[in-house]
Amino acid sequence: MQPASQAVVEAKKLGLTFHTGDGPVQALSDVDLTINKGEFVSFIGPSGCGKTTFLRVIADLEKPTSGSILINGMSAEQARQARAYGYVFQAAALYPWRTIEANVALPLEIMGIAREEQKARIKRTLDLVNLSGFEKKYPWQLSGGMQQRASIARALAFDADLLLMDEPFGALDEIVRDHLNEQLLELWKQTNKTICFVTHSIPEAVYLSTRIVVMSPRPGRVTDVIESTLPRDRPLDIRETPEFLAIAARVRDGLRAGHSYED
Amino acid sequence: MSRFGISWQAGLALVLCAMAAVALPLAADAAFSAGTTVLIFALIVLCALASMTVASTAFAAAILFVGAHGAAWLLVSGIAGHEGSARASFFLLVAAAWLLAWRCVTELVTIRPKNRTADTMLRLIVPTIFGVWLLLLWEALVRGFGIPFVLLPPPSTIAVRIANSLPVLAADVNQTIFKAVLVGYVLGCGTGFAAAIAADRFIFLRRGLLPVGNMAAALPIIGVAPIMVMWFGFDWQSKAAVVVIMTFFPMLVNTVVGLTASGHMERDLMRTYASGYWQTLFKLRLPAAMPFIFNALKINSTLALIGAIVAEFFGTPVVGMGFRISTEVGRMNIDMVWAEIAVAAVAGSVFYGAVALVERAVTFWHPSIRGG
Repeated sequence: MQPASQAVVEAKKLGLTFHTGDGPVQALSDVDLTINKGEFVSFIGPSGCGKTTFLRVIADLEKPTSGSILINGMSAEQARQARAYGYVFQAAALYPWRTIEANVALPLEIMGIAREEQKARIKRTLDLVNLSGFEKKYPWQLSGGMQQRASIARALAFDADLLLMDEPFGALDEIVRDHLNEQLLELWKQTNKTICFVTHSIPEAVYLSTRIVVMSPRPGRVTDVIESTLPRDRPLDIRETPEFLAIAARVRDGLRAGHSYED
Repeated sequence: MSRFGISWQAGLALVLCAMAAVALPLAADAAFSAGTTVLIFALIVLCALASMTVASTAFAAAILFVGAHGAAWLLVSGIAGHEGSARASFFLLVAAAWLLAWRCVTELVTIRPKNRTADTMLRLIVPTIFGVWLLLLWEALVRGFGIPFVLLPPPSTIAVRIANSLPVLAADVNQTIFKAVLVGYVLGCGTGFAAAIAADRFIFLRRGLLPVGNMAAALPIIGVAPIMVMWFGFDWQSKAAVVVIMTFFPMLVNTVVGLTASGHMERDLMRTYASGYWQTLFKLRLPAAMPFIFNALKINSTLALIGAIVAEFFGTPVVGMGFRISTEVGRMNIDMVWAEIAVAAVAGSVFYGAVALVERAVTFWHPSIRGG
């Protein structure tokens, strides 16, 4: 096998074509990317650039039509069966008939984890996302930001090393989003997980990531990969530093370069 | 707050009273004594006037309540035994009393009580007044116009018949509801549910079973019932079989649709957990289907009752609600028929209400129940 100690996601010549009523749509084309353990990688690009599709391919929710992808050295399907990752969707997707703690317990029940252990993990993950005290509430009694935090707790509960997040804060207002970004960085430092994060906000991508993957549409492909030079400790006001602004400018250039004006 | 003002109901009631006074007497024969007549007029006029002057809504409602129902009671009990003798003034006064009751309900629905018991009482009392007036008008019209009892007996006669026939009614309820309806309902809903799960699990069943089930739903119950009697005998088993046929399909279709009610994201979530078919079914798809399943349970609660009663028309031991209705119609005992109808209506409502209560407890999370 590979030196799998480091590579968590390895995509080679990855392509995916959807067959729709209007003919084939090339969602991904020739994507080569390796994501190493402990990285925080953001995928940024306009809608239709395949960033969500790429995340879904990692999660084995879509099958690539060409190329190969390995997760922890396994096929995507094996990785899913081995519960190698936690997935956070665009909406919280909490089950309304379950309380917050029962929602967090859902993956643990499916994976057959003992009751006592479930309780300990629920407490730990709800502490991690600052939702202690809301265990007995139902999702519809909580604000949107709290619901999304609960869904993050649910993805963390079974301790997968890889966290896939698909525009998790896209539907939230800016103030809540700043707050959750800060908490997410804190959480990443504490747990040392590998995080793949889809967004279409440049400041969010630059603030969070160790590496930013810029993508462009028709066909969905990687146009630039930017290594962040920012330190691991990032207070919110780092966003006003020249270093931050320089990276943001490079991301913006990458997006502009990848965007074709012909259509 | 000043609430002095003319309500149109009370005003119109006074006008009707005046018209009734011109058209006296109330009845062609001596149904009403002079004293009773004066008392009825006094009740309506005084209460109408008082309701427009007193300060509190609750007090006005109480006055109207007493006036409307006192007058109605005197009118209805006076005309009993003198059927068909009522004159125009009798109906004018009934209308006036009805208007007062209308005003009373209008006042009641504006009250915003502070504690829960008062609120519950109020929510019960308004529909009760409505129901009582349905019966009062029925009674007044049937007795006032002297409609033959065979065509439509007054509610008081039906009530007396119910009170005098309790053992017979109890035996009929036991035969029809506790045997045929309940057994058929449980079996029909149970098999419908199981068939829906099977159709969900195996694609060939979905393709094959649903169209056939559709045809079963279109079977005319009148045609099926005699065949079920031939197959399963005269006793309750054949009626339960009819109920099974009637309740199977609504349950099947609603459950099949309900199983597709969960969202894509929720199902993707289960996939990321590598959840198996049964785990996804029990933890996501069935809970999400519950509003649909309870829809079927509610529809079936009334269908089952209809099915069992109609099926008894085609052969039964000498007991059962459908049997009683068909034989008493033949013997012109229309009050007994109505007594069975009343019991069936109450039983059906209780059945439906019980299912609806369980629904509230199970689908508390659904926006239609938690409200928003």
